[in-house]
Amino acid sequence: MSDFFLTSVLTLDASVRVCVPLIFAAMAGLFAERSGVVDIGLEGKLLMSAFVAASAASVFGSPWLGLIAGMFASAVLAMIHGFASITYKGNQIVSGVAINILASGLTMILTLAWFKRGGITPTLQGEERFLSITLPGVDIIDHIPILGVIYRELISGHNILVYLAFAIVPVVWWVVYRTRFGLRLRAVGENPKAVDTAGLSVEGLRYRALLIGGILCGIGGAYLSTAYNAQFTKEMTAGGGFIALAALIFGKWHPYKVLAACFLFAFLQALAIRLQGVIIPGVGEIPVQLIDATPYILTIILLAGFIGKAVPPKASAQPYIKEL
Amino acid sequence: MTRDRRLSWINGLLLPLFNVLTAFIATGIVFLFIGVDPIEATKILLYGALGYDEGLGYTLYYATNFVFTGLAVAVAFHAGLFNIGGEGQAYVGGLGIALVALYINPAMSSWIVIPLAISGGLLFGALWAIIPAYLQAYRGSHIVITTIMFNFLASALMVYVLVNVLREVGEMSPESGDFIKVSWLPFVHDVFASFGYKIARSPLNLSILVALFFSAAVWFFLWHTRWGFAIRAAGKSNEAAIYSGINPKKIIVVTMCISGALAGLVGINELMGVQHRLFLNFNYGYGFGGIAVALMGRNHPIGILIAAFLFGILYQGGAELDFELQNVSRDIVVVMQGLVILFCGGLEYLYRPVLIRFLAPIKESK
Repeated sequence: MSDFFLTSVLTLDASVRVCVPLIFAAMAGLFAERSGVVDIGLEGKLLMSAFVAASAASVFGSPWLGLIAGMFASAVLAMIHGFASITYKGNQIVSGVAINILASGLTMILTLAWFKRGGITPTLQGEERFLSITLPGVDIIDHIPILGVIYRELISGHNILVYLAFAIVPVVWWVVYRTRFGLRLRAVGENPKAVDTAGLSVEGLRYRALLIGGILCGIGGAYLSTAYNAQFTKEMTAGGGFIALAALIFGKWHPYKVLAACFLFAFLQALAIRLQGVIIPGVGEIPVQLIDATPYILTIILLAGFIGKAVPPKASAQPYIKEL
Repeated sequence: MTRDRRLSWINGLLLPLFNVLTAFIATGIVFLFIGVDPIEATKILLYGALGYDEGLGYTLYYATNFVFTGLAVAVAFHAGLFNIGGEGQAYVGGLGIALVALYINPAMSSWIVIPLAISGGLLFGALWAIIPAYLQAYRGSHIVITTIMFNFLASALMVYVLVNVLREVGEMSPESGDFIKVSWLPFVHDVFASFGYKIARSPLNLSILVALFFSAAVWFFLWHTRWGFAIRAAGKSNEAAIYSGINPKKIIVVTMCISGALAGLVGINELMGVQHRLFLNFNYGYGFGGIAVALMGRNHPIGILIAAFLFGILYQGGAELDFELQNVSRDIVVVMQGLVILFCGGLEYLYRPVLIRFLAPIKESK
């Protein structure tokens, strides 16, 4: 029993760690898509910022400078996406794909050019990365059964970006549902013409949404390479941007539901690692690939309307063309 | 020239040309940024890709893959669909090919086995596209999202199949056994040798003829058949299509099947032509490359052949760069793909306002 309990807590703990970049990327996607711009490029932005953050952290010896550099790089990609899909009214999906491929190639080229290594950056030592924080009171609560373990393993002992990820979700909710900007954001994603008629700039709102998204994605990428790992490695996002996209749909573009979806998908990933080669009595070995594939299968089923219905913002993927 | 003529010249020729040039210039800037002379790099690249027999063979071999995935993306584009799932369809298509090529009766003639294996690729590629197509047509889920998801599903499925089903007993690496010999597509250098001509060995095989055949077939299908017309009509305007009695839902499913089938052919070049076994990630990058090829080739088979050849040059020349220069690897090709997709796709209309103002201005009222 206690063994099972500890394993469960540790699996949940792993889920929390895996969850973080998904949350940042999904919140980024939420801003973009709520404003009516589809963002397939989350993966590329995560990857680019992971690379830039690890490089800057290594060169300047500070994870904070790495974080800022990562946010900047991701925001630049977001602005390219905006330039193509808002100003030039190009196909949003095509430009998102371009960003993913560009990031994949550039990170490889630049690791070689800057660090003379193909696909990796130097390992970050000690203070060069975000270290875990031990929350106060661990020693006191540790003696209490169950609660002690949960507090020590699950709640305490993460780095600052993990706490930031969970803190940012209510902030996103507040911005989207309780501020003037949020109201306009949702309006521009549903009915840009109405927003335009009210004298607001559709393009301006969409650019701002993408910029916020770029910055959030940047934090997610920096987390991957300067907190979760201690260096950038080739294709280290491993589809995280797309899982975030799936979580965004699965959570129906609502911050709290998206968070729940992110956590569910992260839990599945952690579980897949845990269950590798384990034989469950009466079931046998569950193929890891099946668990890996579950987030995608769930999202497809949801999108198809077999369990509930995911309805995207009405104006998403449509460039706004002012009538003359 | 009338203004309409000028506009069609701008849209049909100048704009794509400017876009491609911009992508090249942007790549040049990336070269400068990493301290490589772009002119020298271009020389090395072109020599590596075209300068000698073997290099040219490799170039055409890579180009073959891009023809298949480029056609796949283009057919879907004509119906107004964005098939981003070429990667997965190519992967699963490889499974269809492998099943035929591994388990068919070895006593059968190549003339039967090879078409059967090709059909296996077509069929499995189409199967992998039909579910997203059905969901888009009848359940309203967006094809882009579902095809992305299906890429990941394909990769999970193929790892499972290769590790647990097709891997030979006692083998460590996740790959199938060798294909039965009658399913091998002959190498071009062997074909030439049998006629008495000696050319350098390269992976170029007869799939290139299959690629040319399907380019012609796609051209004929899209512009000279009723179905092709229906697809293009539905792609231009759904309402108009419905009004003229075309069922757009059916169009979605049929188009995606054709698109998936074409992507499924990557395996005939990679597996039946060269490796003669099924292995992990043989499809890597060709599905996404197909998007760049289709955009650059303006979704027309002739344009696609040219663009695929260009990407073949880049792939093979990129390998040469890797070898010759220390500061750059063949991943520069991926950067270039991204730039081509950005400038020929996302920023397609970048120069349009300028070109129109200078070459085809709207005349002031007469």
